[in-house]
This record gives sequence, structure tokens and C-alpha cells, in this order.
Amino acid sequence: MKKKDREKGRSGRRGVTRRGFLQLMGAGAVASASVGELGAHPAAEVVEPGEMTKVSLLINGRRHRLLIEPRWSLLFVIREKLGLTGTKVGCERGECGACTVLINGQPRYACMMLAVEAEGMEITTLEGLMRGEELGPVQQAFLEHDAFQCGYCTSGQIVAVEGLLRANPDPTLDEIRRGVSGNLCRCGAYPHIFKAVRRAAELRKG
Amino acid sequence: MSEERGRLYYVQGIPVPETPRPNQQPGPWKETKVVGKPLPRVDAYERVSGSAVYPSDVSFPDMLYGAILRCPHPHARVKSVDAREAEKMPGIRAVITAKTPGAGIDWPHSRDMKTKLFDPRCRFEGEEVAAVAAESPYQARDAIQAMKVEYDILPFVSDERKSLESGTPSVHDGGNRVVPPTTYQRGNVEKGFSEADVVLEENYRTEGEIHTPMELHGCVAKWDGDRVTVWESTQGVYAVQARVADVLGLPLANVRVIGHYMGGAFGSKLQAGKYTIIAALLAKKSARPVKLFITREESYFCVGNRPPSNMKLKAGAKKDGTLTALDFSCIGTGGAYPAGGVSQVDFLVKDLYLCPNVRTRMTDVYINAGPARPFRAPGHPQGAWALEQMMDALAEAIHMDPVEFRLKNIATYSQTREGNPPYTTTGLAMCLSEGARAFGWEEARKKTSGSEGSGHIRRGVGMAGAMWAVGGGGPPSTVIVKLFSDGSANVNMGASDIGTGTKTVMAMVVSEELGVPLKKIQIEHADTGTTQYATPSGGSKTVPTESPAVRAASIHVKQQLLEMASKELKMGASDLVFTEGEVASWRDPSKKIKATDIPEFRRRGLVLGVGYRGPNPAGKAVNPFAAQFCEVEVNTKTGEIKVLRFLGANDSGRVMNRLTYENQVFGGITMGIGLGMTEMRILDGDQTGKIVTKNWHDYKIPTALDVPADMSCVPIDLEDTLANTTGAKGLGEPVTVPTAPAIANAVYHATGIRVTGTPINPMQLCEHLAKRRKEG
Repeated sequence: MKKKDREKGRSGRRGVTRRGFLQLMGAGAVASASVGELGAHPAAEVVEPGEMTKVSLLINGRRHRLLIEPRWSLLFVIREKLGLTGTKVGCERGECGACTVLINGQPRYACMMLAVEAEGMEITTLEGLMRGEELGPVQQAFLEHDAFQCGYCTSGQIVAVEGLLRANPDPTLDEIRRGVSGNLCRCGAYPHIFKAVRRAAELRKG
Repeated sequence: MSEERGRLYYVQGIPVPETPRPNQQPGPWKETKVVGKPLPRVDAYERVSGSAVYPSDVSFPDMLYGAILRCPHPHARVKSVDAREAEKMPGIRAVITAKTPGAGIDWPHSRDMKTKLFDPRCRFEGEEVAAVAAESPYQARDAIQAMKVEYDILPFVSDERKSLESGTPSVHDGGNRVVPPTTYQRGNVEKGFSEADVVLEENYRTEGEIHTPMELHGCVAKWDGDRVTVWESTQGVYAVQARVADVLGLPLANVRVIGHYMGGAFGSKLQAGKYTIIAALLAKKSARPVKLFITREESYFCVGNRPPSNMKLKAGAKKDGTLTALDFSCIGTGGAYPAGGVSQVDFLVKDLYLCPNVRTRMTDVYINAGPARPFRAPGHPQGAWALEQMMDALAEAIHMDPVEFRLKNIATYSQTREGNPPYTTTGLAMCLSEGARAFGWEEARKKTSGSEGSGHIRRGVGMAGAMWAVGGGGPPSTVIVKLFSDGSANVNMGASDIGTGTKTVMAMVVSEELGVPLKKIQIEHADTGTTQYATPSGGSKTVPTESPAVRAASIHVKQQLLEMASKELKMGASDLVFTEGEVASWRDPSKKIKATDIPEFRRRGLVLGVGYRGPNPAGKAVNPFAAQFCEVEVNTKTGEIKVLRFLGANDSGRVMNRLTYENQVFGGITMGIGLGMTEMRILDGDQTGKIVTKNWHDYKIPTALDVPADMSCVPIDLEDTLANTTGAKGLGEPVTVPTAPAIANAVYHATGIRVTGTPINPMQLCEHLAKRRKEG
């Protein structure tokens, strides 16, 4: 974020700094407990709701330059601004894994990351696992083993498995279970997911 | 049938049209080429590639985002809502409160009870107070926080067990009783107990359970003049259409509801919600499309639950295994509005096992909590928790194997329904015996018998039986099948595929009848604008309801092709058969013509077949049955339980697709593990009355680490020639009914501790273990 943009955005808006917020709290217990530590940074950056900032995101090998609010989550930007709705929204608080994407090859919850934080990182969504119109190996394995029911957690499961297999091409059952344990499936397709991961490992080997 | 249908939850309050009887009821399939095979879903590509557009994925260029302000108190009166600051905030395009013109409308909670959409008296935490629409969901949430609401906080009741005590605050002015207690009686239970060699009595409780489907509840609403289109995450587009039209006072034709995909529901999306109406009002006021999906936290307040059940069961049996009497009572709650708080909880007690003397009494009360909605086999897992643990205890008391004891009490007719109609088929005995054989029940029971021995790791096995009160399906249903002149086909039906594989099964039925490969069948469904009337996909009735209509439509197509071919072949249509794309004489197979070569067919472009669901057989009961077996390992130092393996044996009539069938069975077991071991809604009854388990961390559903990888499925594929023309019965609900008591029985087998309240988690089991150590 450029400093000029920030200052421009600040004028005439009612921004709240974290420090300012705590000062507003006055002599309350919360403020007295933590203001000392935060007060050590007198030039705390103003983060204003509504202030737009430029961001450049590398998603599925393609660069997207966007104007966004700094508070927007990566999930919100991917789904609602870029229309990549393969990534699903389940809880927006890091519980369910429906929004799992790969960040530099590692499965991460897109709801727990601000879009501005994702700048400079390599982001892969479910759509990025396709080979043109053809399914990728994990997707193909999920299809063959019916590793889903309603399909809503499936994107996240598939991306988590992709991340698992990149790090560990031949996981044991225990490693598979741990690999998808951050992805809830309310329909309960887990046994089929376990089978699909084994099949995906085979398909990836070719 | 019609009387029974009127009571079924999935059509309650929905005007259900009648459909004509099909012209001709075909006989059962002899051999099938497609139906029954383990085939991947016809829409699997869409679901794994991300190309499927779920309602929450729908987007429009000028779309706004809605959010709802909810009452933070379990019981309060709204004195004032000040939205002046919120209205001025950036990006806010519409604010609605009770005073907004057009928003002062009624919301029907049941046939007899209505309140306002934004009612001044909030009877549960999360009741709707106001709503906004903004350019971004962040701005909408900011505005919600900026609204100033003054509440009169009222005293509350959050425990149904105390709801009828004197001095308890009233949820409604008439008191906390929803209806007078409902009772049932056959035979004479006192006489039954006097004939018994063993009489046992126990109290049981199941905790409140929340559906939490992965896709949140909500919709996108868009107006075109006085017509509204709603993309809703729902089990039934026609049910949503009826509710929206009713509440907004619109003609049905002006309300189009589309729900092509949906991310799970389990009974919680059978109807429109207040969120649907609010989205439509916000869209109207802002003159922009509005997307309104509730948050995960809101999903714990206001979109349903499986209510807690407090049950008491007294049961008697003779030494030879004859059940002599069952006396059951239950106190439950549907929350703050009439919502079937004790619905179907006593069904298994009344109907599952042969018993001449049965009495039940059910009391439904109000508390200040979110209303219940049907949850996968309403009432049944609760009733099974009591009955199946009692059966286990009785078997032990008369020194009989639990499987054998159940096999001694198999009913071949419905004992509850008037006239005691026989079941079209009952596979309960086979579920029990075949399931036990496949599981290796006898050996496992001997090998584990974990209550003996000195180690702290104990193994045990347990089992339970079940059935489901409905699951036979029935009219109405209309389906259209179009066969195009190149031999490809289109199926048009109103039913939703809620993840059970409905679309795939229907395509398989068309493929079976017309020989069209699955890849050449396209399905159009779940759209009130373009597809036929269907009741919501619930009650495990979708396959038995829709598949006969699909078959009838396919046969209608076939009949027309035969007529056309008869002109070409110069033979009567009755001399012709249609197989694998060819019409041929059955007398002289050399006289044949490819369907796609029939000139009239090519000229017409397509043949359109209409199929209706025929009536269910008179004087018969159609029900699915089930039994489940499991093995657990209990650490008696930590109270941790590992479920090592599970087996589900199901009689759901014909297996339509072996792959999706198995997936359903495992999914039901997984959800049952949740009820039995991890899930529990907690209301802070002592202090605030608020729900404290309102996210997936505090309200834990089973993860990949909580279910056994060793699950197996034993289909009891009985030919049912009476139920309907495909012979299928419902599956999705019976698969979750016996799971929790099977676990409880296995834990008892492993430890000798009878846990009568859900969930059996380490905390609860440790308390029991400590108590036993103390008592020595």
C-alpha cells in the first residue's frame, strides 16, 4: 500500500486506529491492560473501513490487479470479486475448511487471511486444479469414489488433498485422515474420501 | 393415505395438488442393466470441478448483500429501533424494520400461530428485529452494529424440564404447553408387566442437535417489476414458492424459485425462512438484487434443531424373549413456537417390535430457544436411544443375545396404524441376521466381552435395530421425459437433489427403460418456472416418489415410439418391443427399425412422455428397516472412545445405485456418531439463557478423525412388488436412527457402564468411571 493512497483515504473519513480505539475506551480495564504494549508504536497505521487499496493477486497462475478494502478476506475477494465460486464459504472463522485454497502449495483457509496479506503469494483454488476442461487427478478420484454428497465441502476437501499429496505423495490412512481433518463434511462422506485419496495418489503417479 | 399425508412434516402447510394416476402400472423389473449398478453421479463433474452454481454462488453485477439484526436476548420486548445512523453509513442501500412500509407482515409459525415478520416480542435469541442491504457484506454488518435497539429484557425459560413448573416465565400468553399431552395405548401395560419375568425402567435423554449443513441458509432475490425470482438453498422449490407467495401476497406465478444445487440441509431447508422474505423485501426496497445468507453463528439460533428429548421407558419381557409391555413417556420442546417438539419420538416404541401392550404419553412445551425444524428422521434417533438401550438391557437380564432377542419380536405388520396393515416387505429380521453374520457378531462378542479383564483399554461390540415411519413416498409427482430425435434425453422434474444422488438415480431409470446412455441424459430440475410440481426432498421419500414417475414417463415415451414404428413396420404396436434404441417385432426380430430412423420421430424433433406417481397399495404399510453393528475401544483412564468399525444393514427395497447407497449409509452412521458422541446444544440456563455452543469449535460435529475408516454396508435387496413400480424405499433417514444406541450398547459391553444421556464424550464417561471407582 502506498503512503499517498493511505493519506488520501484518511481525509474526511472516520477511521479508527487500534491505538485510537483503545484510547476511546478511556480508563477501562481493557485499555489499561494492553495500552502499554500497543502504545510503543506511535505511528500505528490507520486502517479504515471503506478505504480502497490496490492489490495484486496471483491466482491459478493469472495475475489480478484489484482495488479492495484492506479488511476484505481472501475468501470474499476470490468468490465475490473474482467470481471463482469453486471456493465455498462455510463459517468465515477457520472451522470448516470449505474455503481451503493452496497458498504457496500449502492448504490454508481463505477466510482466515486478508486479501492484502496474500499479495506476493501463489494462490491455487479448486479451479486451478483443472487441466482445461479435464478434471485433475484428485477431482477424478473424488468423482470415481463418490467422495461427496451435497458437494459443498468438496472443493475444500479436494484442495486439502492436493496439498497433502504434494507434500506426501503416498500417505498412510492415518496421514490421510489427518490431512483432511481440517475439512468438515456434514454429509459424512469421509470413508469415501479416504478411498478417493488413495486413488488420487495412484492417479498422480500416472 | 390422504389422512396420513396430512400429518407428514414435509408437506405440512403446503397445499399439495393431486396428480392423475398413470395410464398403466408396469410390472417390476426382472433384470436390470443399469439400475442397481455402482455408478458415479451424473453431476459429479460439476460438483468436483467447481462449475456447479450453488445458490450462495449466484451473483449479479449490481447485487447487494443483506444482513439481519437479531435479538441478543432469549426473551425481550423491542421498545425502539433507531436506524438513523445506520442509514447514513457508506454503502447502505436499504434498511427495514417493523415500521418500514410493507414490512409489517405476518409470518406463519404453524397453521394456527402467526407473529409479525419483525415481531416486537422476541421469544428466542436470534429473533429478527431489522435488516439492511449494502454494497458489501462488511458494510451491511457495520450498519447492523450501528443500529440502536432498546429492549425490555424479559424473564426466560431455557430448560424444557422446568417449563411447566409454577412460577416459570411464560413464552406465550397462554402458558408453556404447546398442546395437551398426546397419548397412545394398545392392550394393557399393567397386565403386560405382570406377565413379564423381567421388568426394567430407565430414564434417557438426548441433547439438542443442530443441523449445521455446510452451505448456509439463504438466497438471492431479484425482482423484475412485480415478479420475484429467488435462488434458494432448499430441499423443495415449490414449498418455498408457496410460502413466499403466501407471505408477500403474490400470485404463485409471480414467484419463481430455483434451487439447482444445494449444500446440505438434513430437514432444515424444507421451507422458506424469514431470511427469504427479508431478502425479497430488501431487494424490493433497494430495487437491486440482494444476496442474503445467514452467518454460521446465526445458523445455531434460528434455522432449526433436533429438540432435546427427556424419555422414560419401562419394559417387560419373558425369559423366552417375548416382549410383553412398553410404557413410554417423553417431554420435549420445539423451542419458542409450535415446531413438533416431541414429533415421532414414540414411533419406534409403538411399531418396531411386536408388543401387545404399549402406552405412550408425550408432552410438548415451549422454551425460549430457536424453533425446531425436522432433522433427519425426526424423533426416531431419540426414541431409538431409549428403546434400543432398553432392548440391550432386557436381553442381558434374560440371558439372551441382543440379536436373538430382537429376532424373537419381529412384526410383519404395522401395529400402530389403523387396521394393522401388513408391510409390503419387512427386511428387519434379515437386517439383523445378515448384518450380524457379516459383522461376525457372535465371535466379536465373545472375543471382546470387555467388561472383564484388568487392562484399561476395553473393547466392546453393540448393535441396534430401526425403522422409519414413512419412507414409502407417494403421489403427487409429475415428471416429463423428452427423447430427442438423436436418441438423447432430457428429464424434467421439480424435485431437488440434496446430495443423495436423486438426479443420478432418475437418469439411471430413464437409461434402464429407454437404453439411453447416462452421458446423453440431461436433467432439468428444482425450478418452479420450468419444472413440474414436486414435494420437498425430505422424509426419505424422493426416490420412491419420483422414480416411479420417471419410469412412467419413460414408458409413455416408449409407447409413442411403438405407435410411430408400427406405421413403418406395418405391424400393430402391441407386436413391437423397444430395446437398445431399436423397435422390433417380438415375433420376428428381423423386422426392426432404429428409433432414430423413424420418420415421424425425426419430423417431430422429440417425443415427450409424461409420468405420474401412482397411488401406494391400499391396506399396506411401506417402511424401510435397518440394523447397525459397531465395535468400540474405550480407554477407562481417559474416557476416550474410539469407534473401530461400523456396519449398516438396510432394507430400503431395491438398491438403485450401489455406490450412492453405500455413501448414504456411511453418512447416516457419521451423523449418528455426532448425536451419540460429540454434539450438544448448550443453553446458559442459569445466567443469560443464551446459546453457548454457536460455532463448530464449541459444537463439535464428527471430523475425519472421529469416524472409523472401516465401515461396511449390507444391502438387504428384497424385491418389493407392491410398494411402487421401481420397488425402492427410502434410505437417507433410517441409516442414522440406530447409530447412537448401537454405540451406547458397545460402550456398555466394553465397560459395564450404561450411559443414558447423549453425548458419550470423555467428560461424561470419566464421570461415570470415577463414580464407579468410588463405589468400588
